[in-house]
Amino acid sequence: MSVEYETVIGLEIHVQLKTNTKMFCSCALTFGEPPNTRTCPVCLGLPGALPVANAEAIHLGLMIGMALGCELAPRSKFDRKQYFYPDLPKGYQISQFDEPLCAGGGIGGVRIHRVHLEEDAAKLVHAGTSGRIHGSAASVVDFNRGGTPLAEIVTEPDISSAEQAGEFLRLLRTTLRVLGVSDVNMEEGSLRCDANISIRPVGQAELGVKTELKNMNSFRYIEKGIRAEVARQEALLRAGEPVTQETLHFDPRTEQLTSMRSKEEAHDYRYFPEPDLTPVLITPDMLERAHAALPELPAARQERFERDLSLHPDTAKLLAWRTELGDWFEAALAASPAGYDAAAAGPLANWTTNELITRLGTDVDPATSNVAPAALAQLVALVAAKTVTANAGKQVLDVLVAEGGDPAAIIEAQGLGAVGGEDTLAPVVQAALEANPAIAERLRGGDMKPMGVIIGHVMRETKGRADGGEVTKLVRAELGL
Amino acid sequence: MTHLTDLTAKTAIDAITSGDLDAAELFDAYRSAAAAEDLNAYTWVADQTPDLGAAAAAPLRGVPLAVKDLFCTAGVPSQAGSRILEGYRPPHTATVVERLAAAGTSLLGKTNQDEFAMGSSNENSAYGPVKNPWDRSRVPGGSSGGSAAAVAAGLAPWALGTDTGGSIRQPAALCGIVGLKPTYGTVSRYGMIAFASSLDQAGPFARDVTDVALLYSHMHGRDPRDATSVGHPEATVLPTAERMDGLRLGVPEDLTGEGVEPGVMAAFEAALQTARDLGASVERVALPHADYGLSAYYVIAPAEASSNLARFDGVRYGRRSGADDLVSMYTKTRHDYFGDEVKRRILIGTYALSSGFYDAYYAGAQKVRTLIARDFTAAFAGVDLIVTPTSPGVAFPLGAKTDDPLAMYLNDYFTVPISLAGLPAISLPCGLSEGLPVGLQLAGPAFSENRILDAAYAWERALAFDSTPSRIGAAR
Amino acid sequence: MIDRTQVLHVARLARLQLTDDEVGRMSTELSNILGHIEKLSALDLTDVEPTTHVVAVGSALRPDVVRESLPREVAFEQAPDIADDGFRVPSPQA
Ligand SMILES: [Mg+2]
Ligand SMILES: [Zn+2]
Repeated sequence: MSVEYETVIGLEIHVQLKTNTKMFCSCALTFGEPPNTRTCPVCLGLPGALPVANAEAIHLGLMIGMALGCELAPRSKFDRKQYFYPDLPKGYQISQFDEPLCAGGGIGGVRIHRVHLEEDAAKLVHAGTSGRIHGSAASVVDFNRGGTPLAEIVTEPDISSAEQAGEFLRLLRTTLRVLGVSDVNMEEGSLRCDANISIRPVGQAELGVKTELKNMNSFRYIEKGIRAEVARQEALLRAGEPVTQETLHFDPRTEQLTSMRSKEEAHDYRYFPEPDLTPVLITPDMLERAHAALPELPAARQERFERDLSLHPDTAKLLAWRTELGDWFEAALAASPAGYDAAAAGPLANWTTNELITRLGTDVDPATSNVAPAALAQLVALVAAKTVTANAGKQVLDVLVAEGGDPAAIIEAQGLGAVGGEDTLAPVVQAALEANPAIAERLRGGDMKPMGVIIGHVMRETKGRADGGEVTKLVRAELGL
Repeated sequence: MTHLTDLTAKTAIDAITSGDLDAAELFDAYRSAAAAEDLNAYTWVADQTPDLGAAAAAPLRGVPLAVKDLFCTAGVPSQAGSRILEGYRPPHTATVVERLAAAGTSLLGKTNQDEFAMGSSNENSAYGPVKNPWDRSRVPGGSSGGSAAAVAAGLAPWALGTDTGGSIRQPAALCGIVGLKPTYGTVSRYGMIAFASSLDQAGPFARDVTDVALLYSHMHGRDPRDATSVGHPEATVLPTAERMDGLRLGVPEDLTGEGVEPGVMAAFEAALQTARDLGASVERVALPHADYGLSAYYVIAPAEASSNLARFDGVRYGRRSGADDLVSMYTKTRHDYFGDEVKRRILIGTYALSSGFYDAYYAGAQKVRTLIARDFTAAFAGVDLIVTPTSPGVAFPLGAKTDDPLAMYLNDYFTVPISLAGLPAISLPCGLSEGLPVGLQLAGPAFSENRILDAAYAWERALAFDSTPSRIGAAR
Repeated sequence: MIDRTQVLHVARLARLQLTDDEVGRMSTELSNILGHIEKLSALDLTDVEPTTHVVAVGSALRPDVVRESLPREVAFEQAPDIADDGFRVPSPQA
């Protein structure tokens, strides 16, 4: 008999905050500057230098806490986390241990354990062999990044699959991007994720031994890495071998997991309250300012789309979670002839999420396309007014995607306007009935099933510009039904 | 005819202001004395007299200043008494040094000290011990021993020191001069090479209370570069009190003389009588937890030091021992260039913070700190100031206590509880024992510097301590 | 009491190499000091708040305004080993 396992995952996400200066000094936060040109006595850890916390980092931290529905501490202190490493200039990282800025909360069905602020490490680059120390390997430290403000977001172990982890991270990234607190770019390292992974037999209450998967720098790798680690743990357990607690690195190229435990003995970080910094007291003023700075978040936006615009939940979610798509949609809605109106919203949302996305490709920001929001709004209005049929409208959209322009002008130029009205359409219908006498006979006898054949005929004749409903009406009139 | 170096800073400033003295001449006199000194009080002396034009126009008129080595001074050696910083010239200057320069002092030299301020005798300096100008076979006290000896010997009119558990007050006492440890936070720590962050406090040394008040008045002020710094609620005024009428002095109940040298106790009691004669009342106060001060201090200070000294890793500055792998580079560098006392405290501090011991040691000591602070608050409800001998003994012979760290630590018995509570205290000389100076410690509530200075001033006048022997001794 | 093993453990955490001799000496000296510190355990500290800052200071925060960084040559001036525009160290992987 075979045991079923379930997976338990908690994530730790480090987010670089978008401030002007570093967490504890006034050096500029910039990217791609020549190495070691953004340093000062504080971020080089020179003797006698003292940290002073960046007010803006606290502000952004509070915004994150609010967006994630956390409880915000009235008082928050910094602590020293101590270990030696060349990218850590003081021999300790200023972080938060037992009084984080925010605790609790959740997003996308995953509970947040805590959010705290800390400083980033510097960049350590392997430099090949050193000339001075013959033959030995050397590394070189660049302190430009050292001291960048980070928000560390720790989830509860609420995630049960690689896919769910990916979905949660995407939602988190969108939320942080909408907040404007970070660039949230995994490739550039402004969003970094570690995963704590364990498995246990279904039904078992206590958690299995967990391993930590470190520093994965893309969503795809995170999902792959988690899958690989879950498979490894399951194989171990099925073979009757224990999982050992360790830190692992996932190499996305080889898809191999390697242990990072190496010669480093078990950490003893010797946390203690940072005596150089006084606790941060969160004042009503600071809370008010953070609250006022909160933009509408994806979850709220989805809710608003469903409530105010009566969009289908799936459509609303797609538009709300893909911020740029939602922004484009709302711009189009505002530009539609009837204005920002619920009546126009449904068809426009469908055209945006179906026709437009299919044509542009899923990952393309429509703002970068040839289609102006107003153009799609106008086209959808023309379809609604039956000036153009839905089918012909799609041809118009093809043109808009290819070269942009004005829908009315395209319809005019390409003769895609609807063929309608008794004068123009009735002769075509007549001709269709005459060309299909057997069908006409059946219709006359009350059998409406072959109506489609007549409509098809008319459509062929009018190149899709006729309205099916009008054709049916004319057939009935012609046959005296 | 008196030597220029006999003038107090205040009298020199007055003379420069009235045109009777040239600031450059004064600087030269001190520079020559400092360059020729044989107490090992200085680790660096200015090699020329700077242009004093701007300084002489500022309030402190270009009067030279000796600065404890651990204050960073841009481009000037700042070695904190340690080999690991041998030759280190920082790019930045300590806020307090900048403030004093803006007020018109000119940097005369950097003074010797115990390595990273860890010590009570100045024997822990990588640059050799400092000799006490009263008796060259004896220690000057520590850790600001160089500053204290320099001022006592007339090698500087005044000086900067730092006090973590007594490092200004104790050497001031042993060298027969005045030293003030201000309320924690009133003087910026920015640019002070840290020993124990929650205790370190910069303060002035001078030959009299007036000069101490004058220097301090230009030192304090909130510094945006030091998050723990606070503005002093009132300006420092130069003391003028001649009497102590109505002043209530408290002597700790358990100060019975046990563990205190008889000569020190005699001088202390005589000083108390002088205070009574000046109109003060003397009563006993209870400080039930003061006795735990040393224990708490010898957890907190090493713990913070073990962390503060982690930055000395041979990567960005300072000395490095060659090694092929990173861990060996770290461990060899720190082995080769830290002295014994520093290693001892790093180990104790690391131990106290390590997993499983934190609550009992560091957290426990911080709680004791709370109890001690409460004791003082309660005591100051009944008395205005608390007085004790500054140190249980006078200057001891060089080498006498180097083999017994614990005996050395006991020197700080009276000074440490006040440091733990962050309170201001002054040490002023109150007499001699066996021909060596005895210090009197006066402590008050937070921000009571003016009250302390006033009382010390009145006392100083009445005690009329003569500090000349130390300067004559130095000249010999 | 702190024995040789503990001294070595703590020394490793503190990245301090000790000679055999020093380990023995430190073990004795540290034990004496710890013995003195033990005095603290006589106190009942159950409901006592720890003091981390003796003088109450409100949040001392810094405005998010850029100030000039050090010129690189100044940052490098005191460094034991500079290479490739950075601070060179023996590789942690070595
Ligand atoms: Mg972290
Ligand atoms: Zn910086």
